[in-house]
Amino acid sequence: MPELTYLEAIRQALAEEMRRDPKVFVLGEDVGPYGGAFGVTQGLHEEFGELRVIDTPISESAIIGISIGASQRGYRPVAEMQFADFVSCGFDQIVNQAATLRYRYGGRASVPIVVRLPSGGGVNGGLYHSQNPEAWFVHRAGLKVVAPSTAYDAKGLLKAAIRDDNPVLYFEHKYLYRREKGAVPEGDETVPIGVAAIRREGRDATLVTYGAMVRPSLEAADRLSKDGIEVEVIDLRTLLPYDKAAILQSVEKTSRVLIVHEDVKTLGVGAELSATIVEERFEYLDAPVMRVTSPDTHVPFSHVLEQAILPNIDTITDGLRRLAGY
Amino acid sequence: MPPIKRTKFKLAPEQLLDMFYWLKLIRAFDERLSILVRQGKVRSGVYTGIGQEAIIVGTVFALRKEDYVCPLHRDLGSFLMKGVEPRVMMSQMFAKTTGLSKGRDSALHSGANELGIFGNTSMLGANLPVAAGLALTYKMEKRDNVVVAYFGEGASNTGDFHEALNFAGVQHLPIVFVCENNQYAYSVPVEKSMAIDDVADRAESYGFDGVAINGNDVLAVYQATQGALARARTGGGPTLIECKTYRWHGHSEHDKAFYRSDEELAMWRSRDPIPTFTTYLKHMKVLDDKQLQEIEAHVATTIDDAVEFAANAPEPAPEDAVTDLYA
Repeated sequence: MPELTYLEAIRQALAEEMRRDPKVFVLGEDVGPYGGAFGVTQGLHEEFGELRVIDTPISESAIIGISIGASQRGYRPVAEMQFADFVSCGFDQIVNQAATLRYRYGGRASVPIVVRLPSGGGVNGGLYHSQNPEAWFVHRAGLKVVAPSTAYDAKGLLKAAIRDDNPVLYFEHKYLYRREKGAVPEGDETVPIGVAAIRREGRDATLVTYGAMVRPSLEAADRLSKDGIEVEVIDLRTLLPYDKAAILQSVEKTSRVLIVHEDVKTLGVGAELSATIVEERFEYLDAPVMRVTSPDTHVPFSHVLEQAILPNIDTITDGLRRLAGY
Repeated sequence: MPPIKRTKFKLAPEQLLDMFYWLKLIRAFDERLSILVRQGKVRSGVYTGIGQEAIIVGTVFALRKEDYVCPLHRDLGSFLMKGVEPRVMMSQMFAKTTGLSKGRDSALHSGANELGIFGNTSMLGANLPVAAGLALTYKMEKRDNVVVAYFGEGASNTGDFHEALNFAGVQHLPIVFVCENNQYAYSVPVEKSMAIDDVADRAESYGFDGVAINGNDVLAVYQATQGALARARTGGGPTLIECKTYRWHGHSEHDKAFYRSDEELAMWRSRDPIPTFTTYLKHMKVLDDKQLQEIEAHVATTIDDAVEFAANAPEPAPEDAVTDLYA
């Protein structure tokens, strides 16, 4: 299998799906000849032309609304938000139009659209180029939300998202674009939506995470391993619908859970996971379900400030030690 | 951009009678809904288009089966004219399983892709980007079909209006934007929500033509629509048609509309699109008293049958509150 970066894997998924299915097209700001703000759509305009790689005005709500409209005639649009932060300008079309359509049509229609969301901090992006808005959407029935952490999953999950008949929000972490690299299969392989991956097996504690937090979590787990504590690391990959069975199975084995995410703490994805674990596996727990997250603030511009809030190997390691101390 | 040509048209007597039937049926449907709300048989979600029917009849009558409509919340008539059975439409208002959304939502928040109907949310203007997306697919396929998207003068103040019309102008999409300017956005009169007189003027800033017409004249609406459709079908891009009209009832059936004067309402009621058209048809010897009675009887039977059907249709099962969320 060829080695690709996370970013190249996304691009390859787009190109392959567009070749496979003439109903797949791409739209967004600067996605045309320029190739996207991060270069994800480079080469697509050249290969597929301006009717399938559409440069749009700065109109996030229209980008998503247009996608919904096209989907009603059998198309599978992939809309790019230039930054996940900008999705707030298209929020209504996602949560009110796309998420409810099948329900209010009595099951007689579906909305096969993908919204790509370059998200996350660690890139000195400041307040409006660093956000992790996944929790806003995990709260809304009718949507699916995925967040790959590896190049392999970036490709496979995007292909699965494009083929899915529901609106899928695809969170691609900017920090991983060129830093994350790995073997990626060519061709038709997809990664199923709704299935977590166990990145590391362990018997003493479960660490549940996703996106850019997977790698530092694995490194923290390695540190604890040196002290004889074996941590199981679960990469959620899909946040809605998340793989509850995989988490609960691991909890039954380890009896201790740490949830790690880059998004802020209050009512982040971790809050829901924690509540579910306590509700459904209380009798298995030997310790409180704990979280390592960003504090309830914004993602600041200053390198010093940004590093002060983002979870890292040290803070995750500390979290695991506190958990193991129970 | 040259103004749309005054299209010549000659409608056969049967077509004129068809138009007349739709005007009468849509009026009767809304009037019955108004009564059903007062009787507590329909719980809410009734936003009548009484007084505005000529807009729907004049536009939809000019469409082909494969063309799409993206109605606003008063455009129940467009559902009927595009082929939704009155029984199904009434069931939708009764929140029964036989309605379009099986009781999940009321009114026009549902659609039918096989009939070319998109159902909007309550977010007015949010149907316009969707309409642009539908029209984009016609352009991709080089088909000569058209999307007709409806909105009120109120929704013309939303960001979605601007984003959609701008995109449609840039992409030269086969779409007709129909503004139903009924003078009020709920309680706010047009002069308090716009600093210009005509929504039609807004089209110029998107690079296409806008016309303001008498929305209570079904033939004027039909003629303007024909011109806009001919342009859209031949690659000439979008048109905005602003239909000046008036909402007789309140915003919804619970709104007593105290914010407007009796004189104003009386003036607009005197411009009721139906008697005007009736007089015309009689003058043209297309309609006589016997035909009028027959049409009225047929309308009454159709509405009675729809109400009977909907009232006796099954309620949704409680467990259906959580189904049809995902494909």
